[in-house]
Formats: sequence, structure tokens, C-alpha cells
Amino acid sequence: MSTRKLNQEVFGLWVNELIARQRVVGVQAKEERFIFGSLSKAEDLRLDYDVTLLPPKKYLLPQREHLMEFTAQGEYESRIEHEPFILFGVHPYDVIAISQLDAIFSAGQYDVHYMTRRRNATIVACDVQTVSAHVFASSMNTATVQDGFDLLLTKIGDDYLADARTEKGEELLAIVSGGVEPAKEDFAKREEVWRKNRESLRKHDLKCRPEELPALLAKSYDDPIWEEKARHCFSCGSCNLVCPTCYCFDVHDDMNWDLQTGTRTRACDACLLNEFAAVAGGHNFR
Amino acid sequence: MTGIANPVEIYNQLYAKSPDIETFEQAALTDASAATERTPPEDIYAPQAATLVQARPLTELETFYEIKLDSGLELGHEPGQFVEISVPGFGEAPISVSSSPTQRGTFQMVVRNVGNLTNALGKLVAGDRIGVRGPFGSEFPVHDVMKGKDILLICGGIGLVPVRSAINYVLDNREDYGHMTILYGAKTPADRIFADEQQDWSKRDRVSVLETVDDPDEGWQGHVGRITALLPLVLVVPENTIAVVCGPPVMYRFVLEELKKMGMSDDSIYLSLERRMKCGVGKCGHCQMNGVYVCQEGPVFQYSTIREVMEAI
Ligand SMILES: Cc1cc2nc3c(=O)[nH]c(=O)nc-3n(C[C@H](O)[C@H](O)[C@H](O)COP(=O)(O)OP(=O)(O)OC[C@H]3O[C@@H](n4cnc5c(N)ncnc54)[C@H](O)[C@@H]3O)c2cc1C
Ligand code: FES
Repeated sequence: MSTRKLNQEVFGLWVNELIARQRVVGVQAKEERFIFGSLSKAEDLRLDYDVTLLPPKKYLLPQREHLMEFTAQGEYESRIEHEPFILFGVHPYDVIAISQLDAIFSAGQYDVHYMTRRRNATIVACDVQTVSAHVFASSMNTATVQDGFDLLLTKIGDDYLADARTEKGEELLAIVSGGVEPAKEDFAKREEVWRKNRESLRKHDLKCRPEELPALLAKSYDDPIWEEKARHCFSCGSCNLVCPTCYCFDVHDDMNWDLQTGTRTRACDACLLNEFAAVAGGHNFR
Repeated sequence: MTGIANPVEIYNQLYAKSPDIETFEQAALTDASAATERTPPEDIYAPQAATLVQARPLTELETFYEIKLDSGLELGHEPGQFVEISVPGFGEAPISVSSSPTQRGTFQMVVRNVGNLTNALGKLVAGDRIGVRGPFGSEFPVHDVMKGKDILLICGGIGLVPVRSAINYVLDNREDYGHMTILYGAKTPADRIFADEQQDWSKRDRVSVLETVDDPDEGWQGHVGRITALLPLVLVVPENTIAVVCGPPVMYRFVLEELKKMGMSDDSIYLSLERRMKCGVGKCGHCQMNGVYVCQEGPVFQYSTIREVMEAI
């Protein structure tokens, strides 16, 4: 696999070339904040973002998606999205979150809707350039990442190091004209970016190791802290929606106007909503 | 938001209280690139077409259905498993299979009308078509653990529906099992289901059936009271008995206490648990009890394996 060094100009040309070839979803400014959205030109790309309003999850597990179409006679036909796209500028912690979603949707029973979209996605990861106010990625060992993406971009000085890690990443890199072979110092500069990010993406310091968290949570099931925190909670479910790893969903049918055909849709659901685990007879296990 | 819930701060507070914890062995994440290379098999959410052969009311609320897959294939279920039933335009619901796999060609279920989909299902008649996914979930251990043993079945309300699959399986393989005791509790005499079949079962070799109702009417001559009141009436050899419990959520704790008093060990008790379910295939999260997906590892659990699971009972 190869790595190239791209200066600003080459980088911009490359991104525009990618946009001309396939759909590119990248980070852009939205008023004072940042979002992932369809990119129409390289100038709109903001890889200096701190954090996005929503994680890139919505391009792999949309808030609503049609699973299938059906007829009133009970025939069901799956609808699967096949459009290839590039997810551009994903921070390391979001790359790791996507790997977790991949594990959930591919392990055991294979979710063809999610996995087809995932297979069609090329993930261009990007090392963090601006430290956000409340970041705790480093406490979770997610400040930097070494796999789960196709290509990694790291800003070193005014240039980018573009490091292809898969065939898909290699294909993107093959389109660049004007990139140069990086020198040893360039890799050293990247090491320095990684080292700094591991140090600075830690606005909140976790006192234990992340590996200890499952046991800690299991042990703290009856801790009064949950009641205390729940008093401030609006029970809106927004935290599930913005969480890069929450994947729970609900499924419902909509009949078309003809009353003969309809669509089955899945939509993000939230385990913190009251109804989530309720069953008939008014019983709720939560 | 950080004012409400800063996860790191919460973890730190908890850690301060219990600093000596063991580390869980974290399962390695599947490599995304490996996962992306797999060729996609069929859609796990796509139902197959089926036709109602029979639909008849059992009680005011419950309807009995017999269903045939349009493919002509057998459903291929085991006693205790469930299917996801689709009614076009009304979505999907998990419903237990009530017939034994020894009955070929069709399968049966009983549905209580409680809401959207179950209401729509209640309006369908023989010849109407529905969608079926499954069978899903774990089974009553008829193939191993129960063999050669006495069987004690404790069913509340429509809890009898899935257990009926095991009852008929045992009756069709009678020589493989010991004595079978069926305890059944309903709210009122009008709520009883499969009353004729219970009569038939009680006439079979080495089978006893005991029934009770919470609220009797004038004509009722049987037992009155909770299902736990029937337990002292049965003679159980704990070492040689496998118990199965299935009913409304409130029933389990009381029945388990009684079984313990009778000397039954937790690993010879099997529970069929109800949970909210949507996908049936371990993806949507609705049925989770902490780390356990009831649609995958359940609905039938050996009690000893979930005794310590929070929110299970
Ligand atoms: C493994 C399993 C086996 C079941 N077997 C049977 C059976 O044999 N016969 C039978 O009548 N019922 C059975 N149920 C319950 C049945 O699935 C629900 O009653 C049904 O989903 C309600 O759907 P609805 O659209 O009619 O109700 P809704 O209009 O969606 O809601 C009505 C009520 O049902 C509850 N509910 C909704 N969805 C579910 C759900 N998926 N699971 C449980 N409760 C739900 C809601 O909390 C609400 O109180 C089973 C459930 C499970 C998990
Ligand atoms: S029902 Fe969806 S995960 Fe169990």
C-alpha cells in the first residue's frame, strides 16, 4: 500500500476529481458548527473541524430507511441501496464507532441493508486538527486509529499525508496527480501529530482503564448516581440519536394511497424512551 | 448536555467507589474490511408468503390460526420457538408457534388482540395471506434434558400457547418421557384456552392436568386462586423432574419461590420469557436484558443461566 504527500493545491484538485467521479460526503461548516453532508466542491471541506453535530453513522444507518416494499397480498420485496460513496474526513473515534457497528450488523445474522451500504462506502479517515472543548477520545484510546478505514489523512505543516490501507484507498490515491513520495521526516511529523493528539484529546481524564468499564458498570447497577442523573434527563432520546455507536431501531409499515402497496421502514429508536421495552399488559422491564 | 451527563465524570465517580474491579475480556471487533468482503446472503428481514388455512376465535380476545407456507416447505421449528408474523400495512409481531413439529404441513398459533397488528390479524379469515419469518429463538429441551424425566409445566394465561407445542411433542413421543403434569391458570373461566384439548390430554397415559382460575363464575367447579396454589397438590420428585414456566411477567417470581421450596434446583427449571421484540435476529436491541438478546439466546432459558441477569425476572 502506498502513501503520498499532497500540497494544498494538489489536495484540492484531488478532492474535486473524487467529487466528479462519485458521491462524496464530507465535513462542512453549518453556521458555527460542523456537519457531514454531500460535498459539491473541495473548498467546502473543513478538515479543521473539532466535532460534528451528528456522527457519520447516519450515512451507514440512516435515521429512516426503506427495508422493503410489499403488496396487500403479502408479497415482500427487499429494497437495498447500492450507491457507492466516499465518507470523507472521519475522525479516529468515529472510525472505531463504525467498526463497532460493522461488528453488530455482520456478526451472526448478516444485515444486508447495512452491510451493502458499508461495502459501498470508502472511508477516508482524518487525524484531528482542532481539539474540541469536551473531547475525551484519548481517555477511551480512540484519539488515533490504525485500521477500520481505507485511507488516512494527516495534516503535517501545510501538506497532507495520504496513507492508503486497503484496495479501495489505493484506488482513490491512484487518481492523485502531483503527489510526491513522502520523506522519512514526513512520517516522523505524523508520529508527532499522533503523539500530540493522544495527549491533548483528553479534556476529561478517565481514572480507570477503558477495558475496566464494562465490569465497573455491571458492578454499579444500583448506584444512586443513576437516579440523580435521571432527574436532569428530559427523556428525549437525543443522546441515542447523536451517539456514534447506538444502533437500536424500530420497524413500521406505511400503506400507499392505493391501499394495495406499501413500504416497510426502519427508523432509529432509543432505548432511553419509555416505550422501548414495554410489552402488552402494561408491563415494562426497565 | 455535558452538564447533564459527562460520561467520564460519571465513570470516575463510580470508579472512586469501587476501584478494585476485574477487567472483562473484550471481544475483538470484527475487522471491517473482512466483514465487507463477505458475499451478501438473503435479506434476514424479508418474510416469506403464507396463507391462513384456518382462523377461529378461541375466546373474546384470542384467535387460533393454522398457517401454511406458500413455498410448501415445513416451517422447521422446535417446541418453544417463535415466528415474526407480518400483516401487510400493520408491521410485524413475534408470535409463538403453538403446534408441535410432529404435525406436518401446517403450523398453528394463538394471538391475543392487544393492539395494532394483532387487531388487524384478528380480522383476517381463511385464505388471507400474511408474511412469516423464522423460526427464531431457543427451544424447550425436548431432545435431551427432558428425555426420561418427569415434566412439570406451569402455564399462566396465553403462556399455554408455546408450551402446547412441547405438550403435543411429548405426547407424540410418549415413551421418551416420564410423567407429565400440566398446571394451567386463567383469569376467569371465559379466558381459558384449549379447554377441550386439556380434557384430551388428561386422558392420556401418565398425564395429569390441573386448572385454576382467579375469578370463578357460577358454573365453575374447579380450583380457585393463583397458579402457585396448585403446586402443593402435585407430587414431584425434584431430582427426576424438569419444570417449565411460561406466563405473564408477574407470575415468575412467585412460581420460582414455590419450586425452590419443593426442592427443584435452578438448572432443572426452564423459563420462557416475553420481551418487546422487533427484529427477532439480534439486531434491533429491543429484547436486550443487559448483555443478553432474548430473541437469540431465549425466549427459553435455563433458570440457572439468567438468575443473575438484571431485569430478567
Ligand atoms: C417470543 C414472543 C412470543 C410471543 N408469543 C405470543 C403469542 O403466541 N400470542 C400472542 O398473542 N402474543 C405473543 N407475544 C406478544 C406479541 O408479540 C405482542 O402482543 C404483539 O407484538 C403486540 O403487537 P400489536 O401491534 O398488536 O400491539 P401494539 O399496538 O404495537 O401495542 C400494544 C401493546 O403491546 C405491546 N407490544 C408491542 N409490541 C410488542 C412486542 N413486539 N412484544 C411484546 N409486546 C409488544 C405494547 O407495549 C403495547 O402495550 C409474544 C411475544 C414474544 C416476544
Ligand atoms: S428482537 Fe431485535 S434484537 Fe432481539
